[in-house]
Amino acid sequence: MSVKISVSINGKKYTSEVEPRQLLVYHLREALALTGSHVGCDTSSCGACTVLVDGQAVKSCTTLAAQVDGCNVITVEGLAKNGNLHPIQEGFKEEHGLQCGFCTPGMIMAAADLLQNNPDPSETEIRHALEGNFCRCTGYHNIVRSIQWAANKLKETNAAVL
Amino acid sequence: MIPANFEYHRAGSVDEALSLLDQPDVYAKVLSGGHSLIPALKLRLNQPGALVDIARIAELRYIRQDGNSIAIGSTSTHKDIANSALLAQHIAMLPEAAGLIGDPQVRNVGTIGGSIAHADPAADWPGVLLAADAEIVLRSKAGSRTLAAQDFFLGFYSTALQEGEIVTEIRVPIPAAGTKSTYQKFMQPASRFAIVGCAAVVQVSDGTCSMVRVAFNGVADACFRDVNVENALIGKAATAENIAAAAAQAAQGVSILSDHYAAEDYRKHLAVVYAKRALTVVAG
Ligand SMILES: Cc1cc2nc3c(=O)[nH]c(=O)nc-3n(C[C@H](O)[C@H](O)[C@H](O)COP(=O)(O)OP(=O)(O)OC[C@H]3O[C@@H](n4cnc5c(N)ncnc54)[C@H](O)[C@@H]3O)c2cc1C
Ligand code: FES
Ligand code: FES
Repeated sequence: MSVKISVSINGKKYTSEVEPRQLLVYHLREALALTGSHVGCDTSSCGACTVLVDGQAVKSCTTLAAQVDGCNVITVEGLAKNGNLHPIQEGFKEEHGLQCGFCTPGMIMAAADLLQNNPDPSETEIRHALEGNFCRCTGYHNIVRSIQWAANKLKETNAAVL
Repeated sequence: MIPANFEYHRAGSVDEALSLLDQPDVYAKVLSGGHSLIPALKLRLNQPGALVDIARIAELRYIRQDGNSIAIGSTSTHKDIANSALLAQHIAMLPEAAGLIGDPQVRNVGTIGGSIAHADPAADWPGVLLAADAEIVLRSKAGSRTLAAQDFFLGFYSTALQEGEIVTEIRVPIPAAGTKSTYQKFMQPASRFAIVGCAAVVQVSDGTCSMVRVAFNGVADACFRDVNVENALIGKAATAENIAAAAAQAAQGVSILSDHYAAEDYRKHLAVVYAKRALTVVAG
């Protein structure tokens, strides 16, 4: 048995037939070739698979594709606009927020959720907001700085996160 | 990890969900936030024939005052509860506990109904609801029934929930003015599940502890009210000495969990420490 789902992903409508057991992250990566969302642990611990579903950060390895039928999904691929990096991506570039880069898409999407709700987070608030995201390269200090950089940039340019 | 296959149905109402659950020959399970169920399906610990997704049933997602209680719809997420000004005003340990669950992603989708139906001994809601003296409202095709939290949680991953029944609401009585509540937990550093979590609700009148409710998560194979601690403090002056003496009674006569995070004697020690911390917050 399969179910028909219709999902807006990064602003584009996709209609697909999926097996009910299909996990969102594999649907994105394998069926739609959106390989920006990574599978780190596959056990809902590391956050590398984080995407936004209706604006909220969600671990896509612990979400069925069928659950997001009718929803608005944003993956890391959906952040850059017209070839310009998103301020959060720019922050990771400016502040060396990545080493191997494996955790980065999830970190960036978790940061997007945070900054939507809290445009001016303290360092402690940023660290708490990243509790669901692990960086095996342990680059947390620079990840925090990257998000602070992004928060400042968004403020200066008076831009919305999404 | 890939779950075994199942059918998927999204219910638009409680009635529809109850009908979808009532399929002869199909082992159908409720899916709410999925943050306990999907990991279990991936590990194939559970292989239902069908999932009935209740997460988007609008009539189940609310937090509102109803007489002398606050009624919480069962698909309210941990985040909804963490952000509830109504709960913060009347019984602060609920938003406090909600904000300590897992991480932002888990709080965005995990629900209170799913958590109590799952009844993980290390989960945060069970003990909090015991200390809050909450009631759990269940619905099945046969009708609706309301159980005290005490009668809902039966043991290790075990509740009074019957097949074909859905948790629809959690009712939390509004405590008398001047009552304070808190939830203090020693968490597993990666998952943030409770190694020891202590919920305390205390009313101090004229310097005396007139009402005390204390409950634990993580300590034993199920949540429990700790009447020894409660009785040691009720009617006593709210002093640091009395709080320490009451906390020292924590986790007596229960079978204490022991695992690679915390051996039995260490867990018992933590129960005393966290009871003291919690009581100090609300009565100190
Ligand atoms: C990384 C991670 C960290 C976590 N950390 C914590 C933590 O620190 N503290 C904590 O308490 N929890 C923690 N959890 C668990 C989390 O809170 C779950 O969301 C919660 O336990 C289950 O809620 P759910 O809505 O996701 O339920 P689901 O996974 O959808 O369902 C769980 C079970 O309950 C049944 N069910 C669901 N809703 C209902 C209902 N309304 N009526 C009847 N049956 C129902 C399902 O059939 C299933 O058996 C964590 C989870 C993860 C993945
Ligand atoms: S891959 Fe989803 S949390 Fe690690
Ligand atoms: S940059 Fe390598 S895991 Fe974070």
